[in-house]
Order: sequence, then structure tokens, then C-alpha cells
Amino acid sequence: MTNETLQELLGSWFPNPEASVASEPVEVTEGEDAIEAKEPINPSLLEFTEEGSQFLNVLVKPENLHQLMSKLKTTAETSFDYLFCLSGVDWGTDLGIVYHLESTKHRHSIVVKVKTEDRENPTFDSVCDIWRTADFHEREVFDFFGIKFNNHPNLKRLFLTDEWDGFPLRKDYVDEINMVVK
Amino acid sequence: MQETTTINNNFKSEEYFINMGPQHPATHGVLRLLLTIDGEIIKKVEPDLGYIHRSIEKMCERDSYQQIVHLTDRMDYLSSHINNEAVCLTVENALQLEIPERVQVIRTIIGELTRIASHCLWWGVMGMDVGALTTYFYGFRDREMINDIFEETCGARLTMNYNVPGGLMWDIHENFVKRVKDFVAHFKTKIPEYDRLLTGNVIFQKRTKGVGILTKEDAISFGVSGPVGRGSGFSCDVRKYHPYSALDKVTFNEALRTEGDTFARYSVRIQEMWESLSIIEQLIDNIPEGEFRVKTNAVIKLPKGEFYQKVETARGELGVYVISTGTKNPYRLKFRSPGFSNLSALSHMATGGKIGDLVATMATLDLVIPDIDR
Amino acid sequence: MRIPLSITDNIQEWLVSMMSESAASYVAMIIVALIYLGIFAIAGLFLVLIERRVAAWFQLRIGPNRVGFQGLLQTMADALKLVSKELTGTDRADKFLYNLAPYFVIISALMALGVMPFTKEFQAFDINIGIFFLIAISSIGVIGILLGGWASNNKFALIGAMRSGVQTISYELSVGLSLLTMILLTGSLQLSEIVEVQKGGWLIVQGHIPAIIAFMIYMIAGTAETNRAPFDMVEAESELGAGFHTEYSGMKFAYFFLAEFINMFLIAAIAATVFFGAWLSPFGITESIPWLGVFWFLAKTLVLVFLMMWFRWTFPRLRVDQLLTLEWKYLLPINLVNIVIMAFIVWQKLIIQI
Repeated sequence: MTNETLQELLGSWFPNPEASVASEPVEVTEGEDAIEAKEPINPSLLEFTEEGSQFLNVLVKPENLHQLMSKLKTTAETSFDYLFCLSGVDWGTDLGIVYHLESTKHRHSIVVKVKTEDRENPTFDSVCDIWRTADFHEREVFDFFGIKFNNHPNLKRLFLTDEWDGFPLRKDYVDEINMVVK
Repeated sequence: MQETTTINNNFKSEEYFINMGPQHPATHGVLRLLLTIDGEIIKKVEPDLGYIHRSIEKMCERDSYQQIVHLTDRMDYLSSHINNEAVCLTVENALQLEIPERVQVIRTIIGELTRIASHCLWWGVMGMDVGALTTYFYGFRDREMINDIFEETCGARLTMNYNVPGGLMWDIHENFVKRVKDFVAHFKTKIPEYDRLLTGNVIFQKRTKGVGILTKEDAISFGVSGPVGRGSGFSCDVRKYHPYSALDKVTFNEALRTEGDTFARYSVRIQEMWESLSIIEQLIDNIPEGEFRVKTNAVIKLPKGEFYQKVETARGELGVYVISTGTKNPYRLKFRSPGFSNLSALSHMATGGKIGDLVATMATLDLVIPDIDR
Repeated sequence: MRIPLSITDNIQEWLVSMMSESAASYVAMIIVALIYLGIFAIAGLFLVLIERRVAAWFQLRIGPNRVGFQGLLQTMADALKLVSKELTGTDRADKFLYNLAPYFVIISALMALGVMPFTKEFQAFDINIGIFFLIAISSIGVIGILLGGWASNNKFALIGAMRSGVQTISYELSVGLSLLTMILLTGSLQLSEIVEVQKGGWLIVQGHIPAIIAFMIYMIAGTAETNRAPFDMVEAESELGAGFHTEYSGMKFAYFFLAEFINMFLIAAIAATVFFGAWLSPFGITESIPWLGVFWFLAKTLVLVFLMMWFRWTFPRLRVDQLLTLEWKYLLPINLVNIVIMAFIVWQKLIIQI
């Protein structure tokens, strides 16, 4: 599947309720709302971009994550059955996860991203039940970013000791003793 | 007085824990496995990692791209050249550098030699894990020849660090072609010897066939790659699907088995050695003339964006995921290491087997611990 | 009770001239024991050296070649080092049993040597239940291994010890039965008698097909008895670390180590005696020189020892359940059938006599 068709298909799974509401009055009301209306309203809850990446990027809201992921895996046209990379990322303000998916049947790839601004208690749904490899990867992310996963069978620190203070791969992590910063 | 004794027939076996590692001959490094065992039968395997975690990903965030290449040597030290290549390819693709064909061919030849060297070591250790100590020395004998070639050309035997973004550190040694040809001729007589010593052995086949089975669905779900995945019939050779360097100029077969047991993974690796030899043979006679490096800026700045590069190391798919903000350091760099995903399938494969099966299964996973504990 | 000490006839006569006959007999026994102990402690060390050189040969290496001529003194130096080492143990170990275990193993190994007919005059005890005695003694060693593994209070050691128990009990049967097959030919358990019978052809020739089958079973079971690869489940370096002797160090470890080699020598020596005519020279070529018997005995034994080393350095290890399958499902039934065949052959006088 090409990126365009993928984008169309995925977008149709999560229609944006605001978009359908907004699209009707756009024709009727003009004047005050004209500036707002000119901004394209995303017809989907997912945000797509291909900019600066060789894959199609999908940004999904945390509450839709698990639903999207299971659909990506089970739908015959997509069948993304190979989760080859799961990385935690600290974008400064947001904490998030990047899922790299590939289909072993169709040989197309996609990148799914999910973000949250909650730095105190970031939580996402686990995708362990969809791809079993996520078990270890999510534990690694939990270990280094402090991101918690709902329904993870065994969410413990993987590399660091349980007593370790802080989450080393976060950008605001400071360890004056052990870290050499140039 | 008559005493009656009642015999309790409800014999109960009790599960107990064993710490396999961090110092244990079969874990090849500082891997610790918490085993729950009932007699000899394994109920649960829980890997405990982190004994040599150096947080290379965090170190990368402060280093320049040239420096990062050096760090990758220390991950999977048995395929250090391929690790270097992965980072270099990421940088070169991001900068859209035109890499001379000579560099690509040399990279591929050395990459395949690395793969053979790694498989030689694995083969020796595999034999040792199932109790045949002699294999170790046979594997090392042939690996030594490759190491000598590397020493001459790259200046080091293990952590070669021969790649730099833009090409190679320096040109190949004048003896390189001849020595590689000698090695190929030598090694072609040695793989049959491996088969005679271990593959055909009845005990070895009994120990490995039908042991540690991983089905294709599970293999994909666990994200295993490399020979482990291909032993389960999961066609996952990055060299086939996402060819890099000179790999699109050569023809080779992807070694694929469908049984998914320990013996299948073993055979895949033996088959891969043949394929690597054939790749080397196709390339060694016509290394194109030209530059061995293109000029890059002293300070490499990647454009803003995200870059992902896959390569096939001896263990499987290594992914380099770089998020760049346009500075000289990556904003985030993630290594998707093959051993990490492969290890996650161990518990699934070993549960229900004996301790001996666990060791045999673990041997065919070919774990390199620094690769898991990046 | 008079136990024939043919080797010490001269010593005994000399002692009798000094003291009463019973006292002289005891003193003679002690002297013989000390001689045996001295010879075989050193012989064991050389067996270790041979093993290392053979292993090196199989593994494209050179092996020990620095201490003494061609490394002849290497294992001596190792033994000296081990003697001088500190004996460490675990706190939680059952101290008494822990210390007792190595002696069980080494003493039972050395005891069995007493009945070996090295040559006509060189045999300490020629008791009439020789073979039975050997089988009985060789089973005692496993008690030491079980004790050592149990008392160490280490799970790896315990697994090793339990495997050893299972293994030795199983393979004892095959060793006993395959030797029993040959006893049908000789009609005697006494080792000197067995050798005497073979003057009309080695037993492996006399008994032809069933004897060869018995020999093969004996070598397999014998290798398993000594806990050597491919049956080294007990140590299983890649599975259990060091198995039952994980917690032993210094000289106590050396006892276990030495006992393994002496046991290997014993298994080979029994095979040489029962199947290959002990000290008899092939076709009687050196019958006129009696002391060459020692040479022939050792030569035959060492060839078999080499065979066992060959096994060890080429075969992978079996798994513990396969080990038991091999014994109970294959070796034991074959063995029982083989005895019947042998009995038939002896009954019908189908023996090959030279």
C-alpha cells in the first residue's frame, strides 16, 4: 500500500467529530469565522506527516492508541504484524513513544507516534497483547523515561536497579556524579 | 502393640529458583536468568539485564556523529563493522552523500567477513554449550584468519572502527584481495568439516531437533530477526528487503527453514556462511577503483528530521533511529538491537524444556550481552 | 584367612623372619597399600597429562609442554599448587559430610586397583569374587558424589549430584550385565582365572559376536559410570557450572578430579582384563619374558583410555532424559538378549578357540 492510500484508510477509522460538524457550517457562515475556516480542519483524529522522515508518520491521541494499533495489526489491508522498533522520546515538553511498524505480508512501513504532556505520571496503553516484543521494549521505556503502561503484565525496571532515582534518558535528568557533559 | 503406618501417596514436587548467571559458562557474558524449575523442567525464565549497561544512547546525545561510530563497536562487538556501517549509512543518507562504489563494495566484503567470523565463533560456542568442547577451537582457527585480514586492513581485530561517515578510514591493504581469496578457498573446505564434526552427530541432532520451537507467528510477534527468525520461516533478511551498500549488486539466497527449532536455527547459520562466501566471491575480483572516502565537513550537522536505517548484522536486524534537530549532536538516537528482541522470545521457547534444552536454545539465539545492554 | 599376596612374597618372608606371621601379614598389607597409593597417585597425574595432550591434539593445540621435558611435570606442578591452596567452603555446608565426600570417591577408586592383575606376579589381592568386588566398589563412589552435592548446599551441586545418582544406578546395570555375559565364558569371577582362560584366545575372540556387543555396551556404560563426556551430566559445565564439585576447592577438588581419572583407568583396565586378555601378549609372542606382561596390560588399557578420551573430545553431551532412555530402552534389553545368546553359544560350544 502506498502512503497515500494508507493515510486515507487510517484516517477513515478515526473520523474527527469536529470536522464533520464544522464542514457543514463552513459553507453557510462567512465573515467572522472566515479566518478559522481557511485553516484546514483535519478530517481525522490522527495527524499525518511525511516531512523529514522516510516513513508515513501518524500521531495518535493516547486514548485512541490501543484501538488504532490493534486495527493496524488485524486489518487485512494493513496487517502491520512486525513491530521492529519501539522507542521512547523526550521532546522537551512532551514525552512520547514512537512505534515503527512493518507488514511482513505487504512490506510497507508506518511510524506511529503518541505524546503526552504529563511529565509527572505519563501513562499509555500497553501494546503487549498485540505484539509480544513490546513486553521488553516497554519495560525499557519505563526504565529510562518513566512512562507507565496500562495492562502491562510485568512492568518492572529492566536494566537499572529498583532503587535508581530518576529516568536517565529524559532531557531534564541530571546526574552530576556519573555523567560527563561537554 | 502393632504400629500402622500410612503412606502418603500424594507426592508433591516443589518449584525452586535458580540464578543462572551473571557468572555462568552458558550465558556468554553477564546475563542473569532467573529460572523457576521443577526438577529438571523449566517453568519460567526471567532475564535480568543491565549488568553492563553503559547507556550508549544517552552518550550519543552528547557526541558528534563521528564519535558515535566508535561507540557502536562496543555494542555487538562480533559484528562491529556492520554496526559502524549502520550509523554511517544513516548519516550519509541524511546528508544525501554520493558514496563511491569502491567504498560500498569494500564495506560489503568486510561486512560479510564479519558475519562469517561471528558465525564461526557462534558455531564453536554452540558446540561447547551442548558439550562438544573441540568445536570451539575449530571455530576459532578459522575466525583467526579473518581477524588477521582485519588487522592488516583496519588496524584492529575486533572493534575495527573502519567506517567513517563518508567512506572508510583508509584504503584497503595491498594484501587484502589475496588474503580474502585464500580465506575463501580455505573456508570452503572447512564448513564440510564443521558438518562432519557436529551437524551430522546423532547426539547433537537429538539434542537440537524439536527443541526450543518458535512458530512463525510467534517469531514475528516477538520481533525476532536474523537467523533466529529465518529458522522459524520468517523471511526477514534486511539484505534482501532493504539492500544497502553493494548488496543490491550481488545475488544470494536467503537461508530459510520452517521447522523453527534449535536445529533449524543452526542450519540457517551454516547456510549463511556459504551465502556470505558466495557474496564475497562475487565482489572480491572487481573492487572498483576510486576514492575511499568523500569529503565531509569536519562538523557533521544532520538536517532536521527523523532517520531510520536498518542493516543485517550477524544477529539480525539492527536499526538506527536518529531524531535530529539540525545540530551536530543527535537529539535522540535509538539502537534497535537484534539481541534484545531475540532474548525476549527465550522465555517462550525454553519453558517446558529441560535445563539442557535451555542452554541449547540460548546458544542458537547467539546472544551478545553488550548488544542487549546497550 | 590367607589372602595370597603374591607380589609381596619376598617382603612377607623377610617380615616373618622378624615378627609373628599375623603381624607380618598386616605390615605387608600396609606396605603394599602405600606402594599402590604412591604409584597410582602419580599414575593418575600422568593420566591427567595424557588427557590434556590428547585433548590438545584433537583441538589443534599443543597442550602443556613447558614444565619438564614435553610438559611431563606439568600436572605435578598443578598438584603441588592444589595442595598448597586454601581450602574454602561454604558457611551453610554440612561440614562433616562436605569434608567426607571426596574421600569416599578417591578411596573407592583406589581400592578397586587392588585386584587388578597387572601381570602374573603383580596383583595385590587375587580374591575369588574379583569381578563382583570391582563392580561393588565402583558403586561406592557415587555415594561420595551424592554426599558432596547434597552437603554443599548449592542448587547446582544438588542437581549435579542427583543426576549422578540417577546415572550411576542406571548404568551400573549395563556394566554388570555386560561383564556377566563374559563370565558365562570363563565360569569364574576370579581375575587370575579369567586371564588363565584367555590363554586359548582373548575373550572377545572366543565369544565373537555377543562378546563384541558386550564390549560395546560395556564401553558406553563404563564411560557413563565415570561421568565423562558424552555422559558428563554430573558436571555439565555449560548447564551447571561445575556440578557437584562447584563448592570444592584445593585438594578436595583434586581428589574428585583424580578419582575421575583413576576411575577411567579402572574401567579401561577391567575391559582390558575381561575382553583383551589382561597381561597376555598377542599370540604369546613375549611369553618367555614375564615382566613384559605389565607393558601389555598398560598398553591395552591405555588404548582403551585413549578411546574414552576420543569420545570425550568429539561427542556433544546427551540430555538427562536421553541418557536414561538410552540405558533403559536400548542398552538394557540388548544386554539381556545378549546374555541369552552367549549362554546358547557356550552351551552349544560355538566358542572360537585358538
